[in-house]
Amino acid sequence: MATVAAVIASTHHPFYYRASTSTGADRPPFADEWVAKIAAFRETLTAARPDVLVMVGSDHFHQLWLDNMPQFLIGKAPYYDANWYNEEREFGLPRMFLRGDEELSGFLLRQGMDAGFDLAFSNELRIDHSITCPLITLRPENDLPIVPVYTNIFAPPLPQPGRFAELGRTIRRLVESWPSDKRVAIIGTGHLSLELGGPRQFGPHGPDPEFDRKAVSWIASGDLQSALAEVSLDSLWQPGNATHGFMDFLLMMGVAGDGAKADYCDSLDLFHTMEAYFTWYPEGPSETDPVRRAQ
Amino acid sequence: MSKYLLDKFLYTIDRDSELVERYRHDPRGTVAWWEAEQAGVILNCHGDERSTWQAFSDAERDALATHDYVTLFELGAHNFLLLTLFIALFERDYAEPLAFQREFAARLSHWSLPYPDIST
Repeated sequence: MATVAAVIASTHHPFYYRASTSTGADRPPFADEWVAKIAAFRETLTAARPDVLVMVGSDHFHQLWLDNMPQFLIGKAPYYDANWYNEEREFGLPRMFLRGDEELSGFLLRQGMDAGFDLAFSNELRIDHSITCPLITLRPENDLPIVPVYTNIFAPPLPQPGRFAELGRTIRRLVESWPSDKRVAIIGTGHLSLELGGPRQFGPHGPDPEFDRKAVSWIASGDLQSALAEVSLDSLWQPGNATHGFMDFLLMMGVAGDGAKADYCDSLDLFHTMEAYFTWYPEGPSETDPVRRAQ
Repeated sequence: MSKYLLDKFLYTIDRDSELVERYRHDPRGTVAWWEAEQAGVILNCHGDERSTWQAFSDAERDALATHDYVTLFELGAHNFLLLTLFIALFERDYAEPLAFQREFAARLSHWSLPYPDIST
């Protein structure tokens, strides 16, 4: 059976690519620290020696639209083009071309439906920055096939937070039952407190540092029980009007497992949002795996 | 009132570089053209098989025609679509990075939770 080589959860900041590649006067003062943190985080994936990446993200109104909106969707295609004109325009993101693992996509779709998730699928999916940002940060070589998993954190009505966690638990179980000798890393990106298109946007920090502190603690300690007890579809408006993206972190906590403490935790307080990076090694960290536990 | 149609306008303009420029330079004309020609287009369907009932309310049409993002926010336009398109329209007019985004926030500063409902 396949091995889950690493579980990785992070924020996906679309400005990283531009900040990390800019030079001279264009380079923001926080870029060097950011690049150093990303380079260290990247090592956690490299050390896990993955063959395939399951990538959990959310389409930001690119291909998926309100006339036909899936809640949870898995791509099943041999290839994926990636990034969109408005991401090029606003973030300077490059066009990308990704390879898919159709066999694992098909397995997760069939088994996922049989496990109680009526998953939508797409045989022609153009990927956006929720998946390309973690590729840029964690695997810039872009040399591994992916299985994209999209969640709806954007267009109400949304699935309940507990459903995200349960989908995560299911994905973990299914990957571990995939008849393959491959090493699979499951990577997902979401948000901490975030405001977009509202009065609290683009402040000096995330809109709700107290929520961020709690969220990082929940994730680092794998405390799904407390997170789910405190978070609801209604409550997530309070920390910021784009904070429903935190539900992708809940999904990844489900993948990591209830009570599973992250082996690697890091964060960076940036303008308008906090960056946070977590890795779990389900096999237990080896001597060469980078470990950085929560204080 | 059609929050869905407001969002559809923002979405279909934002994803097309020519329409972004057209809307920047001629908002009223672009809104009139779009409502007459594009509002009923179902994005995954043949052009002849279009919706026959889509229309803006007067308040929606006027807010779009005047680039009035505060009113669009108050009418329940989706915050992400609104921000993304208006950055494309106006960020270039500001010298400092994020200056437009901060002005956008300041012009909404009279709002506290709950914000207008974005459900469609």
